[in-house]
Amino acid sequence: MWSGFLLVLAAPITYGTVFVRFPSTRDLPWATFLILGVGLSLAAVGVGRAYGEPQVYRGKMAGPILMGLGAAVAAFFCYQFFVFTRQLPPSNGAPRVGQAAPDFTLPDQEGSPVTLSSLLAGGGQGDRGGAVLLIFYRGYW
Amino acid sequence: MDPPEINRAHRLKQGYEFTFLSDANAEVIRRYDLLHPSAGPGSVDISRPAEFLIDAAGTVRWENITTSFAVRARPEQVLKIFDDLGLSAAGRGLGG
Repeated sequence: MWSGFLLVLAAPITYGTVFVRFPSTRDLPWATFLILGVGLSLAAVGVGRAYGEPQVYRGKMAGPILMGLGAAVAAFFCYQFFVFTRQLPPSNGAPRVGQAAPDFTLPDQEGSPVTLSSLLAGGGQGDRGGAVLLIFYRGYW
Repeated sequence: MDPPEINRAHRLKQGYEFTFLSDANAEVIRRYDLLHPSAGPGSVDISRPAEFLIDAAGTVRWENITTSFAVRARPEQVLKIFDDLGLSAAGRGLGG
C-alpha cells in the first residue's frame, strides 16, 4: 500500500525531472501513466489486504486515505497534461503556409539587430542566404 | 521574452549554435498572433510555442502551432521537412 502510494507520488516527479527530457515520454507520457497504474494497483491491493486482515494492518484508516490521495495525485497529473497544457489562445492571425512571413528586426544574444529579410537574402561575406527556421518558445529561464 | 544577456548565458550553457533573438516586448510574438496572455511567471504575457519554416523568398512553407505546450516539433521532423521541401538553411533563428 505504501509502496503503491510512493510510486504514485514518484510518477509526476519523474515526469518533470526525467521523462520530460525525451520527446517519446513527454509528448505522450506512457512511462508516467505506467508508473501511476502500477502504483494505484499496488495501493488497491494494499487496501484490499487491510480490509481483509485489519488486525494485522492496524485498522482500516490509512488505506482509504492513501488510496484517495494517490487517486488525487493521478487525477491532478492527468488534468495538468490533458487540460492545462492545451489551454492556449486561438492564434487565428498567425501566418499560414503559403503566406508571406511578417518581417521583423530583433536583437540576437549579443544584442546585435537581426532582420528576417536580411537572413533570408544573405548578408554577404559568403553568406548565401536561404531558408530560416523560426522557433517561438515560452521563455523565462 | 528574455533579454539578450539571459539568452546568451542559456545558449552557452546548453551548447546551442543557432541564433537566439530577444522579443522582450512581445512585438513579433503579437505580429505572429502567438501571444499567450498571463501564462508566464507572475502572470506576464509569453509566447505560445510555435515553429515556422520560411523559404528564401519569405514565404511560410511549413508551420507547427502546437495545441499542447508539452508537445513541440522534433528536430528530426523539421530536418526531414527541410529535405522534403528541398530547402537549404541560411541560419536558424529563435525568437522568444
